[in-house]
Amino acid sequence: MDIAKEVLNGNKRAVSRMITLIENKDPVAKEIINELYPHTGSGKIVGITGPPGVGKSTLVDQMIKEWRKRDKKIAVVAIDPTSPFHGGAILGDRIRMQDNFLDENVFIRSMGTRGAYGGLSKSTGEAVNVFDAAGYDIILIETVGAGQVEVDIAKLAHTTTVVVVPGLGDAIQTMKAGMFEIPDIIVVNKADLTGADDAVMELELMLAWAPKIEWKMSVLKTIALENDGIEELLDEVERHWKYLEETGMLYKREETRYEEELVDLVTENIKESVLKEIKSNGKLDMIVKKIVSRKITPYTAADEILAGLKPNK
Amino acid sequence: MGKIRVLMAKPGYDSHFRGAVVVATTLRNAGMEVIYLGGQQPSEVANTALQEDVDVIGISTLSSTYMEYLTELTSLLKNKGIAEKLLVVGGVVIPDDVPKLKEMGVDGYFPPGSDLVSIVDYIRNGVK
Repeated sequence: MDIAKEVLNGNKRAVSRMITLIENKDPVAKEIINELYPHTGSGKIVGITGPPGVGKSTLVDQMIKEWRKRDKKIAVVAIDPTSPFHGGAILGDRIRMQDNFLDENVFIRSMGTRGAYGGLSKSTGEAVNVFDAAGYDIILIETVGAGQVEVDIAKLAHTTTVVVVPGLGDAIQTMKAGMFEIPDIIVVNKADLTGADDAVMELELMLAWAPKIEWKMSVLKTIALENDGIEELLDEVERHWKYLEETGMLYKREETRYEEELVDLVTENIKESVLKEIKSNGKLDMIVKKIVSRKITPYTAADEILAGLKPNK
Repeated sequence: MGKIRVLMAKPGYDSHFRGAVVVATTLRNAGMEVIYLGGQQPSEVANTALQEDVDVIGISTLSSTYMEYLTELTSLLKNKGIAEKLLVVGGVVIPDDVPKLKEMGVDGYFPPGSDLVSIVDYIRNGVK
């Protein structure tokens, strides 16, 4: 199977296989990505993030259904944590999205974080590009249940939605760095619970203090289980795209995304080649022994290693 | 080398979930990625297997209709061109039916009381 060609034709087996190759860092994947890349750039990337249990997956399920009514082809990347202890994972977002399992224009893929700590997996960006090249109009990314610092989604998505529920904390929580610095849209889900209006009020207060930008951010209420507020949420996401396009911010966001990805790629490559170099013939071991016996400081050792590297292979 | 990906499901009308959950957790602890689906129809299992590119499909059944269910599932997997996936069944199956299941395309069967380690080993050996 010519995977690149079949991905461009929208062949699901090819898309599915390709994402596995990327996740497994198969050398073949790189060539295929190179072939696909010129065909990317038309899909809209929407991030859904927020703490565990706020209803992200259920919200995504409803968003898919609503966007299907608007005749969009939807891909979902749903990310759950990989255990740092044994490397296994239970990927359980999909079970909340079962209303869409049989829709031919919906493709859901679950991913484990596999050692990444920013709320995404290392392969998320590349998986998004595969879906984009395969002709999906909208690519929804559901991050792992996020705490305060898992904010990588904001660098990847065109539109980032932070989901909370009533009763998560007072105004001080919303002032802290991290989670509330990234949204383009805030959703208070489970809005039938008591305290929903207080949560909205506190979040709106936070927005009033925030630095003014042209985009006027909204706090929306949803009850995902009852499909309440979903249409309004989609309208708001689409309004945000329009804003990005009209102000040139869309281009800016892509620049941010690819600057980040490029730096990551280069860093990773350098790291790998340096490790390969210093781990060969016990060099690393030797240097570590010198550090531990106080013959050399860690900083000097690092400088020496870097100075000794050949500039190019 | 990638991680072994497993889809774990049970027939949609079967409310017994404990076996599926115990096996899913065991496979997770063995370093595998387990997509836990709960109760689903064969068409939903087959579609998920395709999209998730799993290596293994595990079906946990305590239902008397496993024959019909697995007949439909195996034929759907063939239609989608993904019959090569390791199909493992756990739960209650009439002994006389086991050879029929194998003929149909079920690769492994684990009756109640099976050693969890043997399930992990079977999957590791079965996924090339």
